[in-house]
Amino acid sequence: MKNIDLSTTLCGVKLRNPLVLASGIVDTTASSLIYAIENGAGAAITKSISPEPRKGHKEPIVHAAGMNSMINAVGLSNPGIDAAIQEIKDAKKRTKEPIIANIFASTVKEFGESARRISEAKPDLIEVNISCPNVDDEFGKPFSCDPALAAEVTKVVRKNTKIPVLIKLSPNIANISAIAKAVESAGADGITCINTVGGMVIDIETATPVLSNKSGGWSGAAIKPVAVKAIYECYRAVKIPILGMGGVLTGKDAVELLMAGAAAVGIGTAVYYRGISVFKRVNDEIEAFMRSHGLKTVKEIVGRAHLKNEPYESLI
Amino acid sequence: MENNTLLPEMLKIERIVNEAPNIKSFFFKHPLGSKPGQFAMVWIPRVGEKPMSIAGDDGKEFYITVAAVGPFSNAKHKIKPGQLVGIRGPLGNPFTLKGKNIALVAGGYGAGPMAFLAETAIKNGSSPKDIHYLAGARNKELLLFEKRMERLRVNVHLSTNDGSKGNKGFVTDILNGLIAKSRKTKQSIDGIFCCGPEMMEKAVFDIAVREKIGCQISVERYMKCGIGICGSCCVDPTGWRMCVEGPVLDKKQLSQVKEFGVYHRDAAGRKINF
Repeated sequence: MKNIDLSTTLCGVKLRNPLVLASGIVDTTASSLIYAIENGAGAAITKSISPEPRKGHKEPIVHAAGMNSMINAVGLSNPGIDAAIQEIKDAKKRTKEPIIANIFASTVKEFGESARRISEAKPDLIEVNISCPNVDDEFGKPFSCDPALAAEVTKVVRKNTKIPVLIKLSPNIANISAIAKAVESAGADGITCINTVGGMVIDIETATPVLSNKSGGWSGAAIKPVAVKAIYECYRAVKIPILGMGGVLTGKDAVELLMAGAAAVGIGTAVYYRGISVFKRVNDEIEAFMRSHGLKTVKEIVGRAHLKNEPYESLI
Repeated sequence: MENNTLLPEMLKIERIVNEAPNIKSFFFKHPLGSKPGQFAMVWIPRVGEKPMSIAGDDGKEFYITVAAVGPFSNAKHKIKPGQLVGIRGPLGNPFTLKGKNIALVAGGYGAGPMAFLAETAIKNGSSPKDIHYLAGARNKELLLFEKRMERLRVNVHLSTNDGSKGNKGFVTDILNGLIAKSRKTKQSIDGIFCCGPEMMEKAVFDIAVREKIGCQISVERYMKCGIGICGSCCVDPTGWRMCVEGPVLDKKQLSQVKEFGVYHRDAAGRKINF
């Protein structure tokens, strides 16, 4: 039985399988993006690219207190948009699979400028990071906390590129679907749900916050229920496709996010817990699930947990 | 699925040994179980965290050897026995002993893993006379572990750039000489292991290729997380993460890493030529 099709479509871009290397994980250079794709990723997203180079926070930048999870505050290190354009061009030359550029800026105007500039590199999609929880001290509350601001960023990015745009949303707010609706009406082609969950870890032997930034973003298995709820809510709230992520370590986790409504699924923390071959392994596990449940296409799984004609309000 | 390499173990500094002016070894009584070539992420609370190679590990106790250069290492030099330090490790791929007559080539602080490898080879049954420890440094103050290696009775070859001890010149000069000399005997060098500054490592690699001798080299890149997720230490064009697929690479792998001896990247990911 070879008729299982793992491919999916995200904002009109075809992916050979639904697994996407999440932004921030081993993805500064063209070589590292290719490495993830060689290991089975259906697409790969770059680290957040800012107009100028950033060294990021001082180490320690990562910590895990178990639970197949981790907390990080890398601080958006990246070589700046000029170098990043070269890396994306290089990656595009080396693979046919989609490369997604993630951009980040400190003002609405800069977001527009970055969207215009990064389009030179011809990424297949642009993901806009309006939700990093780790740079609040520097930039104030992320744009993802206010529907009007989120819409403003979306509008300016939309105006500055012809490439489909995903807006990456934060779970660290009261009502994620309100933001999803706002960016949809502002012209977003899709949304990414979710960025990491704000958190903090203290070493009790020395009474010291472990991360140099003190607080950071939780990811991994511990946040999966948060991701599933956010995706489920957004799927009801908007019509644009969702790139779901948060806590996917296994094929069953991926299926759960797809059932909540994700059209494709990001993998990040699992690269640590299961190694770089996690993409191949999770794909195999999704395929095994599909086989045992008589499913032939990813499309059959997307949004499967939703009842037909279930009113949106019933969730909230 | 779960493993513990992310969790810093808070360990007390057991004792501190002065190795040379401005160079100290910090001992921890803890069964880290590390192998030569592996490293640990060392966290000094409220100061910072850095990758450090393990300079020795007897199964009960391990140590790291550090020079007082830069704010982090300076802070470490002010540390006193009894203080708590966070250790994540052992991390990365170790050296794999191959060959009967082996040359361990150390440059500067690369002496730690090389001396540790000599000890491991002997523990695994090698004869000290088949092991050559070649240490090079700018001057005699920076030469490390001479006595430690003499106690093991391995062949010790020293070289300094200024001639203040051993051969004047580069450690690669003595490596070339040793290989040529060994070819005239039945103990031809058949394995080269190296840890040191990258341009020295590249010269050693070129010798190994030219002489058709197997070699393994520890490649240092900027590391932030140490566990293969941040991508800072990825090399071109393979994308291998030096904290996971490295830091020790063999000759075949090294020949694929086009940036080896050419450039590395800074904390932001910008290329910097050697």
